[in-house]
Amino acid sequence: MNLHAIKAIYIFELARTWRTLFQSIAGPVISTSLYFIVFGAAIGGRFASVEGVSYGAFLVPGLVMMSVLTESVSNASFGIYMPRYSGTIYELLSAPVSAFETVIGYVGAAATKSVILGTLILLTARLFVDFSIAHPFWMVAFLVMTSVTFSLLGFILGIWADGWEKLQIVPMLIVTPLAFLGGSFYSISMLPPFWQKVTLFNPVVYLVSGFRWSFYGAADVPVALSLVMVALMMAICLAVVWWIFRTGYKLKN
Amino acid sequence: MQPIIQIRGLEKTYASGFQALKGVDLDIRRGEIFALLGPNGAGKTTLISIVCGIVRATAGSVTVDGHDIMRDWRAARSLIGLVPQELTTESFESVWATVSFSRGLFGKPPDPAVIERILKDLSLWDKKDTKVMALSGGMKRRVLIAKALSHEPRVLFLDEPTAGVDVELRRGMWEMIGRLRDSGVTIILTTHYIEEAEEMADSIGVISGGRIILVEEKAALMEKLGKRLLTLQLLNPLDAIPPEFAGYPLTLSADGRELVYSFDTQGERTGIAGLLRKLGDHGINYTNLRTEESSLEEIFVSLVKERA
Ligand SMILES: Nc1ncnc2c1ncn2[C@@H]1O[C@H](COP(=O)(O)OP(=O)(O)O)[C@@H](O)[C@H]1O
Ligand SMILES: [Mg+2]
Repeated sequence: MNLHAIKAIYIFELARTWRTLFQSIAGPVISTSLYFIVFGAAIGGRFASVEGVSYGAFLVPGLVMMSVLTESVSNASFGIYMPRYSGTIYELLSAPVSAFETVIGYVGAAATKSVILGTLILLTARLFVDFSIAHPFWMVAFLVMTSVTFSLLGFILGIWADGWEKLQIVPMLIVTPLAFLGGSFYSISMLPPFWQKVTLFNPVVYLVSGFRWSFYGAADVPVALSLVMVALMMAICLAVVWWIFRTGYKLKN
Repeated sequence: MQPIIQIRGLEKTYASGFQALKGVDLDIRRGEIFALLGPNGAGKTTLISIVCGIVRATAGSVTVDGHDIMRDWRAARSLIGLVPQELTTESFESVWATVSFSRGLFGKPPDPAVIERILKDLSLWDKKDTKVMALSGGMKRRVLIAKALSHEPRVLFLDEPTAGVDVELRRGMWEMIGRLRDSGVTIILTTHYIEEAEEMADSIGVISGGRIILVEEKAALMEKLGKRLLTLQLLNPLDAIPPEFAGYPLTLSADGRELVYSFDTQGERTGIAGLLRKLGDHGINYTNLRTEESSLEEIFVSLVKERA
C-alpha cells in the first residue's frame, strides 16, 4: 500500500479546496442559508408542520443532503478532470500508485470536504431554526456514505467527461433535478398517489428520507431500505471505478 | 552486469490502427546517458511512455532493473522519473508544493532536505514559493525535472528536454544532466538534434518508423555520422586524381571540375591545411571551396539504406 501517495493526493486536493475556500464552502453555505430565510422563516410560518416537525426544521436534513450531493459530484469530478485536461495526469499514471489508492486519495478528499460542508450547513441552520438529532450515529453514517457515494459518482463523471460542458451538464441536468425532486422540500406522502410511485425511482429520495429519519425518527421509506439503497449505489459506483482502471478507459492509450 | 532497462519485442498499435512501434529490442546500460535519436513521429515518446506505464504495449516486454513493468509495476515505477515532452504543470500550486507532491506520489516519506537540494541544483530555490503558472517556460521545464527527481529515481527519462529551450539554457541543462549521470543515475533522453546526442550521450540509439535502426557507443557512431565534406571547385578540370594524392580520401566528380575531400570532425586534425598546401605545391588551383555536413535526414536515409 502506497500510503505516502494517498496522503499526497489527499492533501493536494484539500489544499485546492482551501485555495478556493469561498467558492467551495462559503458559497453553498450562504445559498443554503437563503433557503432557510425564504422557506423556513418567511414562508414556512404559513405551512402547517410536516409529520409533527415545523416546516423550517423539516427542511434542514433535505437541504444539507442537496448541498452535499451536488458539491460531492462537482468537487470530485473537477479534481480528476483537471489533471486530465492539463495533462498532469501523466504523473499519476507513471507513479507506483494503484487504482484503489488513487480513488481513496481523490474520493476521500472530496468526501471529506462534503462532510465538512454538511456540518457547516447544519451549524448555520441552527441559527435560523430549532432542531434536534434523534440518532446522531446514523446521521453521521448517512452523511458520510452519501458524501462517499456521490464523490465516487463525481470521480466517474470526471473520467468520462471530455469537455467542460459535459462536466457541468451532468450535475445540472441530472443531479440537481434529482436532488430537488428528492423530497428535500416535501414529504412524499404530500404527493398524489401516481407521483408517489414515480418518485421512488429517484435514488435521492432514499437518502433524504433516511437522513431525515436520523433527525426526527420519521421517514418516507423504511430506514433499512434507505441503507440498502445507499450501499447499492456505492457498490455500483465502485464497480464502475474498478472497471475504469482495469481497462484504462479514457486514461491510457 | 545486467542492463538496467531491457526491452524485448515491443510493439504498439494505437486505437486508430497506427503501428507506432514495430518490434523494438533495446538494452540500456546502468549509469550511462543514452540518447534516443530520431525524427518526429519515429516513436520516441511512445517508447518512453510504455516504459513509464502511461501507454499500454500491444506486445513485448520491458524490465527495469529486473522488474517487469507489468507484473512488478510498483517496483519498476518506483525507480523511474519522467520529464514529459509537453510543459504540463499544475498552475496554482507553489513550486515547493508540486515537487513535494511528486515525492509523496512515488511513495517516499517527506524529506525537505532532499527537495531543497534538488531545487537549489536546478536554480529554483528562490522560486520555491512562487506559483508555477507565474514561471517562464524554461523554469517550468526545470520544475518538471525537479518533480521527476523528487523521489530520487535510479533512471531518468527526459523526452526532448531542450525543445524550445534557448541556447544558453540548453547548455545549462546539459551540464545538469552530466552531473546527474555522475551521481549514478541512468539517463535516457530523446532528441531530434544530432548535436545534442553528440554533446551528451555515451550511447546513441537511432529510431525511425517505429524501429531501432542501430545502437552504438557515441564514439563509434560519430565516426560514421560525423564525416564532413570539403568540395573544391577546380580552375582547370582534372582527368584523374594525381598519384601523389593516393593516400587522401579524395574523389573526383565526373566532369573533373570538383574535388571532394571527406574528413572526420572528431579527429584531432582535419588535414585540410596540409591538403591545400600540397595541392598548391602541385599547381592544382581552385576557384571556390565549401564544406558541408551530412544532415540528420541524410544520415537516416543512409542508415536505412545500409540496413536494407
Ligand atoms: N494516441 C495516439 N493515437 C494514434 N497515433 C498516435 C498516438 N500517439 C502517437 N501517435 C502516432 O505514433 C507515431 C509516433 O509518435 P511519437 O511516439 O509521439 O513520436 P516521437 O516522439 O518520436 O515524435 C506518430 O506517427 C504519431 O502520430
Ligand atoms: Mg515525442
